[in-house]
Order: sequence, then structure tokens, then C-alpha cells
Amino acid sequence: MIVRISTEGQFEVEDSSVDKLNELDNRCVEAVEGGDEAAFHATYDEMLELVRSHGKELEDDDLHESALILPPPDLTFEEAGEQFTGEGLIPD
Amino acid sequence: MPGIGGRFSTVIKSKVSKMLDKAEDPAETLDYSYQKQLESLQNVKKGIADVVTSKKRLQMQSDKLEQSVVKLDTQARQALAAGQEDLARQALERKQGLQAELQGLDTQVTQLEEQQAKLTDSEKKLRSKIEAFRTKKEVIKAQYSAAEAQVRISEAATGVGEEMADVGLAMQRAVDKTENMKARADAVSELEAAGTFEDLTQLGEGGDDIDRQLRELTTGSQVDDEMAKMRAELGTGSADAPQIEEGKA
Repeated sequence: MIVRISTEGQFEVEDSSVDKLNELDNRCVEAVEGGDEAAFHATYDEMLELVRSHGKELEDDDLHESALILPPPDLTFEEAGEQFTGEGLIPD
Repeated sequence: MPGIGGRFSTVIKSKVSKMLDKAEDPAETLDYSYQKQLESLQNVKKGIADVVTSKKRLQMQSDKLEQSVVKLDTQARQALAAGQEDLARQALERKQGLQAELQGLDTQVTQLEEQQAKLTDSEKKLRSKIEAFRTKKEVIKAQYSAAEAQVRISEAATGVGEEMADVGLAMQRAVDKTENMKARADAVSELEAAGTFEDLTQLGEGGDDIDRQLRELTTGSQVDDEMAKMRAELGTGSADAPQIEEGKA
């Protein structure tokens, strides 16, 4: 699956990582709904790190579309409130 | 897909399909989207130039503040030498306020430099994608039937479109940050302009809004420390001096 980290780049992520991403995604939603800013940033950073470390960055001239687009790494907690709601970025 | 992922790609797809609807033959669409891509690339370049301009402006403001800090220090020294304890204290309070602002400004200039580097990277990536699109469009033109070409154009254009939207987002975030910095720097400039200590007698009256704001930014003890240091340097010795000026405070 191709995942884009907004303002950073695209990564080819093994399908086996998707469950873990989904779990982190749900925890982000929980943190946002609970108003826990520290927990949100920690979890979202973990999510980004998973993509960066388990994913293979696409070549610059690759024209593939992403299946999932993650918000920018410098996302504020306020902005997170607009993204991480309901089922999060990844539908359950 | 909900969230930013969903909305983001839907926007790109609808733009691409609108573009495809307008064009009658795929070759025309291909050339048209390539033209559009080149235009967008120009906008990205312009955007980066704007960030650089803002950074330079902030650096100039920072230099100006630096000069004011030096000036206030000199004036505090002169005031103290002349026995004008109150004026010296006010000058030092202003100086400390400006120093705090100066630090903030320098941090922001550094952040802006990072933004600039990131945008330059993004521009490079986008340029590679556009170049890949150019190559691909020639292949599509030469090898595919009209119906099949439509699908392939859509795929390729969406890939470039996504990158473009992402650069757009990065640019927007950089501009927003720059705007915040500019507003802050302008506020500092106003403070600095109003409090440059040009007129010692005017300062003696004190108590205006700027004085209050600047005083809030400082701690009294830092000023006391500096006063003591200056006194020592000037050789005025003991701290009896404040009593002379107390009536004016």
C-alpha cells in the first residue's frame, strides 16, 4: 500500500503494517476525543515512524497515487481535531 | 476513506476528471495537463522566493533590534554616569524586553530557513514527477487507443496532481508560519520604534503602554544585576544612588 506523509513524501508500506497503522490511527482518535494532547503527539509520531521505518520511499519520478495520506508531521493538536474523528484516517 | 486522505484525493480526482471531460482527444489532454503542471511549478518557485524575501526582512529587523539593544545599553551607561538612576533603569528594562524579542525572532528565522530547505526539496520532487509525466505522455500518445489512453492519463495526472497538492499544502503551511512571524516582527518593530530612547526627558515620564509591556517581559532582578555591574564599571561604588532619584519614580 502506498502511504503519503503530507509535506514529506510517499512510502510503499507492506500490507502487514496496515493493521498496526489502523490501531495507532484509532488510538489517535481516542487521544483527540479525550483531549490528551501529549498522548496524541506520541501516538501520531509512532504512526509516522512506522511508515518511515517500515516503508520504502518511492522514487521522485514515480507517478503512483497514494492509498492513504497522513497529515503533515507538524500537525497541531487543534488541526488533529479536524482529522482524527470517527473511524480516523483508516476506516475500520 | 474519511479524514484528510479521503478529501484530499477526491479533490484531485475531481479536478482531473473535469479536465478530461473538457478535452476531446487524449493527446490534447496530455499536452494541456503538462502545461498546467509547468505553470504550477512556476508558482512553487515564486512561493519559495516569497519565503526567502520574508526571511531577509526578518533578518533585517533582527539586525535593527540588535542595534537598539547596543544603543540602550550605551544610554543606560550615560544616564547612570550622570546620576539619572531612573532613566538608566528604564533603559535597561527596555533593553531586556528587546533582547527577549530578539531571541524569539532569531529562532523564527532559523525555522524559516528549515521551511525553505524543505520547500526546495519538494520543488525538486515535483519537477521529477512532471518530467516523468512528460516522458509517459509521449508513450501514451504513441502506444494506446483513445479509451485506454484516457485511463492511463488519469492515473499519471492524478499522481502528479497529488504531489502538486502536497507541495501546495507545504507552501500554505510555510506561508501561514511566515505571516505569524511577520505580524510578530512588526509588533516588535513598533515597540522598538516607540521605545528607542531618543529623548531622555520623555522617558523620564515613563508609564506608557510600551513601558508597561516591556517591563512585563523583564524581571527586576536582571535589571538590578546589570545596574550593579554598570555601577562597578563606572566606579560609582555603593548602591546609595537610588535614593536620590526615588522621588521621581
